[in-house]
Amino acid sequence: MEEFKISTFIAVFEEMFGVALWWLLVAVAVVITAAYLYVLIRDRAMSMRKFLLAQLSMPFGAIIAVLFVLHITNSQFSDLGGPVDVIVLLGVALLGAGGLSILVYVAQSLFRGKQA
Amino acid sequence: MNFSHLPTSRRAFLGMAAGSGLALAAGTGSTPVQAAKTQTSAKIVILGAGAGGASIANRLVDRLQGAHITIVDGRPQHWYQPGFTLIAAGLKPAGYSISSTEQWLPSGINYINEYAAEVDPDAQRVTTTGGTRLEYDYLIVATGLVLDWDAIDGFSLDQVGQNGLGAVYAGPEYAATTWRALDDFASRGGRAVFMRPTTDMKCAGAPIKYTFLTDDHLRRKGTRDASEVVYTTPGQALFSVPIVTEKLELIMRRQEVDVRRHHVLKAIDTSARIATFATPEGDVTLEYDFTNVVPPQRAPQVIRDSGLSWADRWTDQGWIEVDMATLRHKRYPNVFGIGDINGVPKGKTAASVKWHLPVVEDHLVSELGGREGTRTFNGYTSCPLITRVGRAMLIEFDYHDNLVRSFPGLVAPLEELWISWLMKEVALKATYNAMLRGRA
Ligand SMILES: Cc1cc2nc3c(=O)[nH]c(=O)nc-3n(C[C@H](O)[C@H](O)[C@H](O)COP(=O)(O)OP(=O)(O)OC[C@H]3O[C@@H](n4cnc5c(N)ncnc54)[C@H](O)[C@@H]3O)c2cc1C
Repeated sequence: MEEFKISTFIAVFEEMFGVALWWLLVAVAVVITAAYLYVLIRDRAMSMRKFLLAQLSMPFGAIIAVLFVLHITNSQFSDLGGPVDVIVLLGVALLGAGGLSILVYVAQSLFRGKQA
Repeated sequence: MNFSHLPTSRRAFLGMAAGSGLALAAGTGSTPVQAAKTQTSAKIVILGAGAGGASIANRLVDRLQGAHITIVDGRPQHWYQPGFTLIAAGLKPAGYSISSTEQWLPSGINYINEYAAEVDPDAQRVTTTGGTRLEYDYLIVATGLVLDWDAIDGFSLDQVGQNGLGAVYAGPEYAATTWRALDDFASRGGRAVFMRPTTDMKCAGAPIKYTFLTDDHLRRKGTRDASEVVYTTPGQALFSVPIVTEKLELIMRRQEVDVRRHHVLKAIDTSARIATFATPEGDVTLEYDFTNVVPPQRAPQVIRDSGLSWADRWTDQGWIEVDMATLRHKRYPNVFGIGDINGVPKGKTAASVKWHLPVVEDHLVSELGGREGTRTFNGYTSCPLITRVGRAMLIEFDYHDNLVRSFPGLVAPLEELWISWLMKEVALKATYNAMLRGRA
């Protein structure tokens, strides 16, 4: 393995999604993350009520992410062949869970305001 | 790569994308650190705009200022050949592997949409099929190889898709036609017969993958019990790397594939569905209901006529006489080879092209800059050996039959893994395309 270059990653992802879609995805991620930071700073605290709903959304995020990945890769659960496969699938689930929960939290904060 | 950032990443789906991206780029290496452009007025001719030719054109444009680069290729379509296997498994349409050659080429070079008809390394001149004469200071041969269908008596490409005749190697449309023949066969079952040629070949794992994919499809359709899957091989060993052979023997046994050794396909009767093999005991005929013909593979005739081929090795195949480490021609130092055309013991895969590129780039650009190149090719060959839809083994090896590991401790080469399937299914084409653009 040679030296790691971030430009190689970007090149590969641009090819995978197409340049426009890839940067759109990056932009969406940046916007959501920024919005999350914004509401945290604005509210100066995590609202436990919003956090609860966000947490409740997590299993859905996990399941959706896993099913999506299996679907687009022509795979099924029985294809998992070793520990690394389980780790990858758990990683997908975690990201789905984390992603949706942040989205739910941000959406509540933005649309229902500080008090809700 | 490092998975530790995954659970803590807060960036939803993108984080995952970035994670698999790490894997991808780690597996494929990267270009050398960019230096200032080298000033030159050298005339460089590249033969072939496939995996090797298009990529080196982009890389040279990035590294050189003032060079006169001409690329010659008569096929207007670019073919992503590793996709043929997925097309022939019914997972992708033919268009998955088809793009236009031109879209991959950098601006500022001269693209001639004709084949090379004559190469004269003494006069340093290439003549195209349209009669254009190109003088060069440096020549890069990246013509790939030709499939010698005529060597199989009775075979004709226009029969493909009928009577259980498949030809995955022939091109994207033929791969799609082969899928229809496989699917049709799998609804009934019967005998499937597979083979590889005696010559060197591109992606030596591909006929084996297709054998396993057929077995898989028969099982999914419930006709495996009514079927026989036969894999014939010209020699004793299933693969050129002993440890991989051992593993393949086990899988063949587990999947109940009937392995016949010392069988070389010589003729086929496509209407009677009979394949004739030369064996040490004389000709053997096998009836089939489905087959994937993989013919002998050789250097294009124009290269074999040019005097660039080895005189004493691979004489029936005509690969060019390059140094196995520097890929520079042994008798004509201003000639380099990239890809399948190289007369080296390993490396007829797109993944090998990935590692040919920095070597040829280094030696050529260094020389133009008055220095000497240092990079070498170690024989890296990689073959995601699919064992069924959803699983593959990421087999990577070098000249010395060592297993190379792009992801040490993470992706075991001889394990049938989902992650290795993901690399083939999701990551390979994107990496290949990035390579074509000179960015991976
Ligand atoms: C079914 C199949 C599955 C494969 N699977 C994998 C895989 O999983 N992983 C992997 O790494 N590799 C795989 N490969 C191998 C890979 O596709 C090749 O090794 C790779 O494309 C070689 O690149 P190249 O530039 O040498 O040749 P090519 O990509 O074949 O390009 C050669 C180009 O030269 C042109 N040409 C030919 N003759 C002339 C001439 N006289 N003048 C000018 N131009 C000419 C051709 O038109 C072509 O465009 C597979 C191949 C096949 C067929």
